[in-house]
Amino acid sequence: MSATLEEILAQALQELAAVNDLIELDKVRVHYLGKKGLFTLQMKELGNIDPEQRRSVGQIINQAKDQFQQQLEAYKDRLEKDALAIRLASETIDVSLPGRGQSAGRLHPVTTTLRRISKIFASVGFKVVEGPEIEDDYHNFEALNIPAHHPARAMHDTFYFDAHTVLRTHTSPVQIRTMESEKPPLKVIAPGRVYRCDSDITHTPMFHQVEGFLVDTDVSFADLKGVVYEFLRAFFEKDIQVRFRPSYFPFTEPSAEVDIECVMCNGQGCRVCSHTGWLEVMGCGMIHPEVFKSVNIDSEHYSGFAFGMGVERLAMLRYGINDLRLFFENDLKFLEQFN
Amino acid sequence: MQISEAWLRSFVNPEISTETLVEQLTMAGLEVGSVEPAAAKFSGVVVGQVLSMQQHPDADRLRVCQVNVGEGHPLQIVCGASNVRVGLKIPAALCGAILPGDFKIKKSKLRGEESFGMLCSEKELGLASDANGLMELSDDAPVGVDIREYLSLDDSIIEVDLTPNRADCLSVEGLAREVALLNKMAFSAIQVEKVSIGHQDVLNVSVEAIKDCPRYLGRLIKNVNATAVTPLWMQERLRRSGIRSLGPLVDVTNYVMLELGQPLHVFDAEKLSGSISVRFAKADEAVTLLNNEIIKLDKEALVIADDKQVLALAGIMGGSKSAVNDDTHTIFLECAFFAPQSIAGKARRFGLHTDSSHRFERGVDATLQARAIERATQLIIDIAGGITGPIIEVTTETSLPKREAVLLRRLRIEKMLGVTLSDELVIDIFQRLGMTVQIKMDGWEIRPPGFRFDIAIEADLIEEIARVYGYNNLPSSSFLMRSELSSATEAVLDIDRVKDLLVDRGYQEAITYSFVDEDIQKFIAPDIEVIRLKNPISSELAVMRTTLWCGLLKAALYNTNRQQNRVRLFETGLRFIKKDGETYQQKMLAGLVLGDVCTEQWGEKNRKVDFFDIKADLQAIFALNGCEANYISALHSALHPGQAAEIISPDGQQIGWMGMLHPDFEKQLGFDTQVFLFEVDQNLLLNKRIPVFKSLSKYPSVRRDLALIVKEVVTANQIISCIKSNFETALQDVVIFDIYRGKGIEEGNKSVALSLIMQDDTHTLTESEIDPIVSRLLNILTNELNAKLRD
Repeated sequence: MSATLEEILAQALQELAAVNDLIELDKVRVHYLGKKGLFTLQMKELGNIDPEQRRSVGQIINQAKDQFQQQLEAYKDRLEKDALAIRLASETIDVSLPGRGQSAGRLHPVTTTLRRISKIFASVGFKVVEGPEIEDDYHNFEALNIPAHHPARAMHDTFYFDAHTVLRTHTSPVQIRTMESEKPPLKVIAPGRVYRCDSDITHTPMFHQVEGFLVDTDVSFADLKGVVYEFLRAFFEKDIQVRFRPSYFPFTEPSAEVDIECVMCNGQGCRVCSHTGWLEVMGCGMIHPEVFKSVNIDSEHYSGFAFGMGVERLAMLRYGINDLRLFFENDLKFLEQFN
Repeated sequence: MQISEAWLRSFVNPEISTETLVEQLTMAGLEVGSVEPAAAKFSGVVVGQVLSMQQHPDADRLRVCQVNVGEGHPLQIVCGASNVRVGLKIPAALCGAILPGDFKIKKSKLRGEESFGMLCSEKELGLASDANGLMELSDDAPVGVDIREYLSLDDSIIEVDLTPNRADCLSVEGLAREVALLNKMAFSAIQVEKVSIGHQDVLNVSVEAIKDCPRYLGRLIKNVNATAVTPLWMQERLRRSGIRSLGPLVDVTNYVMLELGQPLHVFDAEKLSGSISVRFAKADEAVTLLNNEIIKLDKEALVIADDKQVLALAGIMGGSKSAVNDDTHTIFLECAFFAPQSIAGKARRFGLHTDSSHRFERGVDATLQARAIERATQLIIDIAGGITGPIIEVTTETSLPKREAVLLRRLRIEKMLGVTLSDELVIDIFQRLGMTVQIKMDGWEIRPPGFRFDIAIEADLIEEIARVYGYNNLPSSSFLMRSELSSATEAVLDIDRVKDLLVDRGYQEAITYSFVDEDIQKFIAPDIEVIRLKNPISSELAVMRTTLWCGLLKAALYNTNRQQNRVRLFETGLRFIKKDGETYQQKMLAGLVLGDVCTEQWGEKNRKVDFFDIKADLQAIFALNGCEANYISALHSALHPGQAAEIISPDGQQIGWMGMLHPDFEKQLGFDTQVFLFEVDQNLLLNKRIPVFKSLSKYPSVRRDLALIVKEVVTANQIISCIKSNFETALQDVVIFDIYRGKGIEEGNKSVALSLIMQDDTHTLTESEIDPIVSRLLNILTNELNAKLRD
């Protein structure tokens, strides 16, 4: 004879209470609710009962079944939570350990600086142009209004290959090459390596310059001042004091040296600025009529300005680097500092 | 050039501080490099006179002196200098004086004799670096006066770094002229009187090189006393300009050069034979210069000669044989104008650079000579006495530089400076500059004075306006310019993108010198013709690099020598090669890797880098441009013969090389680990394929794996290209996923496992379609590469 419903329910609940894990729980579920489960059988037997009683008996069975099922869900829920808690505990890691895999390198600070300079000028439509580093005397000197024996040549300690071939001493020959092949309006910057036969604590035989120039029908010194001011403020990200000092370059007139207030001491005077409060950062000027003549541009119709700056110098000021020679030793401990 | 501020102020003395004066000069384009005190700090030193002197009883070398220092009674001072004598005037440091170096003078006893001070040498006052005795003051020095006041030591030495165009300021007068104009003060040049003539003897002068020496003045001065003492004020002014006193005759020429900017020269007339000529040297001539250097001359050297020999390198340096000395009685004083282009570069050719050549090659005022020779004559007579002869002058007017008037157009000022200036202001500026201004229709005709030989074109005048008006007073515009949209060239990959990729893959960017050690380069690239510098900094930086590997290897060594055992570097830049006489400057990208694949890390076993790690980096770069390069085993002199590949573009161009550094070089260069290198031509690398879209198949893809046994010599590349060249439309991709050698595979063979991915755009591939494709491919592989299917 089958047990009474009450007995089944009591037994079922007792078994549930004894369950330790989800597998046992499932066994209990199948034992009572599976196809051949005890509650299932009870429901199947309903068919043999007097139809008038069927409904009320059915209700009672359902109630018992529901009660079991609720209890089952509760146990399942608890067991799942317990299991998850165990898993989470076992999977806990030390998040402070470093990540694995390839570590990233760095760009050279000269490249980073050049990119910033280029980006600033590109934003107003300057085009980046490059030129050869082994250069002929004509483009490096003659066409820039520096004839043979000009005293200005003494300021360029030139590396020679032969009487007519040099390592470019500045990026200005790119001015000539560009104006030879293209017609105004021109807005160009020319970054690159330049060479001077000089090596001591403040000079390396190779360094980088950026030459920039603009030629159009109505370009004045005021435009040059505006561009230089805005560039320096953009580069140093600071409303920096700038002054223009008359100077001399054979290929510009008027010519100027540009000083900024010392970024190390905010113009108060320190070792870096030789206690003047000012730092020389670039040379510039209006393109000399003789230069225009050498590239067949009519200086009556067109005018233009040019400027040149030392990239290492700007990088040193920007990042506080105190020794020029570090740029070319390629010590990883140096290079890794510039993210 | 350096000068005494007090000297400058004796010409023009604006009521401004030294600081402001220096700032003015700098901002007018005459950059002041430094300002130093004329004398070190000291105090308590006065002019004293030795009244009497006795031998010290206990010391042979010491004298006990009674010195008048202007006080009521003389002071007893013990002195050891050899030149101390009765009547001599000297600097006397009193008790309480502080000498340079914080040296305090106190009352003391020297071998029992009391001493109330110290008699000083120039060295002890910080006025000279050495001295052999007391500083001797002139007889008229006022006793008791503070020595700083007497010698005007409270002065500054201003060093001006002049640009080559402003040679007019290579003199005190020139700088004073600028100071006057900047302060709107009147300026008058030094007035020079003609010295009265005492004899009529002359030396004949002939100028052959009239273009190079348009003006030559000379005169004989007899009976000079070459041993006269140059007055202290002149010595001090020279000293403050960094020039040593060398006797009155030479001192005067130096003084006038500093004062007026005109170099002069004195010859000992008794050492000259016949007449003076200015000519070019003959091929076999030589001259011994004042510095005792013997110079071999050639036909390009402009010289001063007499009938017998070359006397001097014109405008550069005199010769020792005709130099003045203490025995000189008669001098020939030379004052000439040499054309800048005739002197420029000449001094440097002989390895010389003198105050004279510096001025002549930049330009000297061609109207200055008459004034300068009179000024020098006067000073010589004043100091050394003498009887003056008449001036001989040879001037070729047509060769003298012309001070042509230059037209300045009103509109041009505005166009170039972006400012409108009133006519009055423009005229005022040029008048202050000493230029004559003539009003014309559209502007002015402006004639520069003789000393402004740098003014030749309109732009020069505009620069003067800007300079005097003040660069910082000129407007600054927010520039308005024509803008054009720039093109975004897609077919060329930006090298910056490649650099970023390498950085992301753990490479550090390096920048190395473009000139390298020839020895290292010979190892690496023995067959490439090098381009050699004529004047390298050192033998280690003597030839242009033919490969970027030289610099990277050196940079890697620098780091491995500093305990870095993992180095990943790349560099971009030009390499320089010569082929058939032509120079090629090629943009390259190169990399170097050594050490572990990753930095040391937990939880993962590390290993050394190998060929394929570097190849993966290169493939990642090529993925950026969408082109697939081929890697062909080939021999390179720097690389391991079994681990070197030439990189070839799909259209057959040589892009570059990669591989392991040859173990021989690894050892010779001093590495203790394997080094991997790559170098590619940027122009070929950056050719980018612009993608063309291919429609996607809606049907599933099928994969078939094959394991093939082939001979060791058969390369992966051969297998894949064999499969791909037998074009099967359904075949989408071939991937090698394993290489196996060992058990079950015969020696000299390997098993290559690969998968074929197939797909069709129009339907799902069925077994009956796939099987024939696979067997066709297998047949071809068997026929062409002798491949067998592994059981």
